[in-house]
Amino acid sequence: MSTRAPEPVCVVSFSSTHDAVRAELACTQAGVPGRIIPTPVQIHADCGLAWKMPPAARAAFEAAVAGAVEPAGYHDLML
Amino acid sequence: MIYLNCAATSLVRPPCVVDAVATAMTALGSSSRGTAEGDLAAARTALTCRMAVADLLGSSHPDRVIFTANATQALNTAIFGLVRAHDRVVTTVTEHNSVLRPLNVLARDADVEIEHVGLDVAHVLDYRALERAVTPATRVVVCSHASNLTGDVVDIERVAAIAHAAGALLVVDAAQTAGHIPVDMERTGIDVLCFTGHKALLGPTGTGGLIAAPGIDIEPLLQGGTGVHSADPFQPEAWPEHLEAGTLNGHGLAGLEAAVRYLDERGVEAVAAYEERLRSRFARAARAIPGVVPYGAGDAAFGHTPVVALNLVGMTSSQLADVLASRYGIAARAGLHCAPLMHRALGTIETGSVRFSFGQFTTEAEVDVALAALAEISAEEVRA
Repeated sequence: MSTRAPEPVCVVSFSSTHDAVRAELACTQAGVPGRIIPTPVQIHADCGLAWKMPPAARAAFEAAVAGAVEPAGYHDLML
Repeated sequence: MIYLNCAATSLVRPPCVVDAVATAMTALGSSSRGTAEGDLAAARTALTCRMAVADLLGSSHPDRVIFTANATQALNTAIFGLVRAHDRVVTTVTEHNSVLRPLNVLARDADVEIEHVGLDVAHVLDYRALERAVTPATRVVVCSHASNLTGDVVDIERVAAIAHAAGALLVVDAAQTAGHIPVDMERTGIDVLCFTGHKALLGPTGTGGLIAAPGIDIEPLLQGGTGVHSADPFQPEAWPEHLEAGTLNGHGLAGLEAAVRYLDERGVEAVAAYEERLRSRFARAARAIPGVVPYGAGDAAFGHTPVVALNLVGMTSSQLADVLASRYGIAARAGLHCAPLMHRALGTIETGSVRFSFGQFTTEAEVDVALAALAEISAEEVRA
């Protein structure tokens, strides 16, 4: 069991692996902070890959992926 | 060996393709099967390969690029995934068995009505007959972009217009054109484009796929693991995983992406111009050799891939190919080329023919060696 204290994050889920890595590419190009993680078990269904970022980065994320990816959902979690 | 069987595969591949595959074999895990660096690298490779392929073939929707093992699997996916029992399908006599055989199965097992449109007197696809054949009851038109036997290119924009006027979908077999000549799926109105990676695209064998226009639903040919929506009892609806059951050929896709980028850098138009010079040089000179019988529409064709089919009077196609290989080290392909209806249309179903096919790594000197060999064999036959 991790002793690290959970912190608030925004996790983006996708309907396909293609969308997840397409979003990653868009974020890398736009300088949006975050990374690919295994989709947390709290989020049912969708793709096995999710994007985790600081909650404050959500607007930048949405702008970066606009027109390229339609996320399945945004989830505010403590991870 | 002088390899003039490029319509079968590209024997020569750019070093960047070989390097990409070799690197991938030690670096890539399994796409969509985890978030370890190697697995993510495989997923990224699939993504960037989709983007490169979509860009090269005129699609603005990389998520609609589906990877398969080859064009045959792509065509089976499109045909079995689009055609329903009792449908009507129109196709042509120019098709490869990868189109003809799936359709024959549907005709036998699902009461699907199949009409094969033939050639006109100039041996060009009979577009007027196609117009008559594509009725409002037609669900799908399946058409090769170019004959794998003669290299004659079909005016696919015209075929798309005919199909769409009747409300039918157009599935195109681009196995013989992608990489040889410009292919623009969206500009020409293709609904589903099937391609192979290992011919003129210069990628590894075991790569290929299809691109479907947005909104076209294709029932999966294969069911299985996708790494997404794993609790669902059926294939996920989201593309591309909808049609990609099982582990992707990540190593092959790394090579295919390198090949497509190589091709893009060189320019397909430049490749097409060079290969057409080879084809016309060979075709013009071969026609002048006594006893040579060429096949195809010649100057009447809408265009050409770098392919020439012929026979030599007095020899069977298999004899000629064998002499070329054994005495001159020239690889050309004899037989029916998996295109039985085209051979029937050209009157060569009993004899087959010899197909010479060139690629961007074929040289003019090699073409001239083949012509000299053909002339020498012809002279011997005439003397005999």
